[in-house]
Amino acid sequence: MPSDHKTGLRWSNWNLLLLVPLLMLVTPWFNMDEPRVFGMPFFYWYQFLFVPLGVLCVGLVYLKTKDEPVVTGKPDKLGVDDLDEGAN
Amino acid sequence: MQWTELIVFSALFLLVTVMGFLAAKWQKGDTLDHLDEWGLGGRKFGSWITWFLVGGDLYTAYTFVAVPALMFGAGATGFFALPYTVILYPIVFLPLVRMWSVSRVHGYVTPADFVKGRYGSHWLALLIAITGIVATMPYIALQLVGLEAVLRSMGLNGGGILGHLPLFIAFVILALYTYQSGLRAPALIAFVKDILIYIVILVAIVYLPSKFGGWGEIFNDAQAKFDATPAKTDGILLNGNNQLQYATLALGSALALFIYPHSLTGILASRGRNVIKRNMVALPAYSLVLGLLALLGYVAISAGTKPIVNQATGRPDTNTIVPELFGQNFPSWFAGIAFAAIGIGALVPAAIMSIAAANLWTRNVYKEYLKKNATPAEEAKQAKLASLVVKFGAVAFIVFVDPQFSIDLQLIGGVMILQTLPAVAIALYTRWFHVYGLIAGWIAGMGYGMWLLYNIGNPAIGKAHFAGSALPLGKLSIFGWHPFGDSAVQIYVGIISLLVNLLVAVVVTLIAKKARAFNGTDQTDPSDYHVDEDSPRVKPVAAH
Repeated sequence: MPSDHKTGLRWSNWNLLLLVPLLMLVTPWFNMDEPRVFGMPFFYWYQFLFVPLGVLCVGLVYLKTKDEPVVTGKPDKLGVDDLDEGAN
Repeated sequence: MQWTELIVFSALFLLVTVMGFLAAKWQKGDTLDHLDEWGLGGRKFGSWITWFLVGGDLYTAYTFVAVPALMFGAGATGFFALPYTVILYPIVFLPLVRMWSVSRVHGYVTPADFVKGRYGSHWLALLIAITGIVATMPYIALQLVGLEAVLRSMGLNGGGILGHLPLFIAFVILALYTYQSGLRAPALIAFVKDILIYIVILVAIVYLPSKFGGWGEIFNDAQAKFDATPAKTDGILLNGNNQLQYATLALGSALALFIYPHSLTGILASRGRNVIKRNMVALPAYSLVLGLLALLGYVAISAGTKPIVNQATGRPDTNTIVPELFGQNFPSWFAGIAFAAIGIGALVPAAIMSIAAANLWTRNVYKEYLKKNATPAEEAKQAKLASLVVKFGAVAFIVFVDPQFSIDLQLIGGVMILQTLPAVAIALYTRWFHVYGLIAGWIAGMGYGMWLLYNIGNPAIGKAHFAGSALPLGKLSIFGWHPFGDSAVQIYVGIISLLVNLLVAVVVTLIAKKARAFNGTDQTDPSDYHVDEDSPRVKPVAAH
C-alpha cells in the first residue's frame, strides 16, 4: 500500500511501550543511597538502567510498527549497512 | 600558557576548519543557492550522518561543562540531565516523523513554516518564529561560554575586551565556513566532535575513579562536602522539596528540546522517516555519555579541583571544573584532546543554531514581510547573511554583557520555547485549537512564565530576579490567591506556564468556536503526515 493512501491517525498498541520510560520521573522510587553497586548509590545506577530500558522500548515500537515496504515489487532497500548511500 | 594543550587544540581546530570549508562540496546538490541545500544540507542525510549531526546538536559543549559544574556545586539535582535525555526520545518518537512528512510534502524549512501552513496565519507563524529566534540566541551565546571555559583553562585568560580575542577569532572562522557551506559544515565536523568526546569520556570514566579510590570514595567525598555547606538543598540525593522540581524539569526540558528550531533543523535534514526512527533508538548512546560526564562533577570534588577565576569578570567560573580536572590529571597532550573535544563541541551546535535562526528570519520574517517575491537564491543569500549577524550578536553578548546573563536568558529561553508547544507539536495531531486560542495561550503562558521567573530570587548569590527555574509552590499565586499555602516544594516554571498556556488556549478556543470566528485555512491534508521518502508527493529538493 503506498504511503499516500494512509490517512488520519494510525494507532498500534505497541505505542503504549513509549510510556514505560516515563516511570523514571517517579523519584520516590529511587531516591535512596542503598544498595550501592560498585560504590555507586542506587539513585544513580537505577537511572542509568533506564537508558537501555528506553532504547529497548523505543526499539521495540520501531520494529513492531514498521510500515510494510512502501514500494510494492521492490525489496526494502534500507538495510542497516547501506544507510548513507549519498555519502559515498 | 599551556603550550602542549594549545598545540593539540589548535591542530584539531585547524582540521575541522579545513573540513568546514570543504564541506560545501560534500554530497553537493545542483546549487547552494537554495535553503533546502544551504539550510538543510539537501534534505538527504542518512542514519549515520543524522546520528552524528543531531547528537552533536543536542549534546552541546555547554551541556558538557555545565552539567558536571552543577553536580559539583549542588549535587543530585544536576543529574536531571539523565532522565531528561532518556524520556526525550519516547516522547518525540511519533510526533517527529509526522513533522518530517508534512514538511517534506510542502517544503517547510522551519517550525513556523508548518504553523503557517497548518493555520494559514502569518501572525501566529511570526510569533513562533520570533520565539524561536529569541530562545536560540542565548543558546548560541552559551556555546561560547563553553568554548571560553576551555580557552581560559589553556592559559588564554586575559582580562578586558582583549581577553575575549581568542574566542572572537574562533568564531570568525566558524562564521565564515558556515556562511560558505551551510548545514553540511556542522554535519561533517560533528563526526570529529563526537568521536573525540567518546574517546575522552570513556578514558576519563575508566581512569579517574581508580585514581581517587573508586566510586564509593568519590560519592562519600561528595556527600561530605555537601554536608559541610550551610545550604540544605544540596547532597548526593534529592530531598523532599526538590523531587518535584527534578521530575518536572526533566519533563519540561524534554518537551522543549525538539521544538527548538535547531533540533528540527537536524530532523528535517534527514532523508526519511526510518532515518529518524532509527535515530530515536540510537541517540540515547549520547545520554549514557552525558550521565557519566555528569559524575565527573563529583570526581572533581574528590580531586580537589578549583574553578579558575575568569579574568574578565573577576569571579571563579565553575564551568571550568571539567577542563581543570582534565588539565590536572592527564598528560598535557590528552588534556589538549579533551579541550578540543569540548571546543569543537561548541562549534557544531553554534553553527546549527545560527542556521536555524537564519532560516526562521528568512522564511518567516524576510520573505513574509520584507520581500514577498524573493527568489530561492535571494532567500539563501539572506539566510547566509542572517547567520553572520546571529553569530556576531552572540559574540557581542559574551564580550559586552556578563556571561551570567546568557545563562539566565537560556533558562528563560526554555520556558519561552515551551509556549510554542501547542502550535507546533499539538497541531501535528489536531486542529482543534483555534488560532485565536493559540495566540491567547501563548501570550498568557509567556507573560505568566516570565513574571514567575522574574520573581525567583536567590539571596545566597545576591540575585533578586531570574535566579533559577525552580519555583516553591508556596510562591505560586493566582491573582493573590496561594493555592498551595506556604509549601516549600519546588516545581519547574516551564511546566506551570505551559499549563496556563493550554488552559487559556482551551477557553479562548471554545469562545471562538461559539462565535464562529474564522480559523484560517489548512494547507495540509491528513495523508501528508504519513508520506515517506519514496512517495511521488514529496516536494523536489531545491526546486525553484
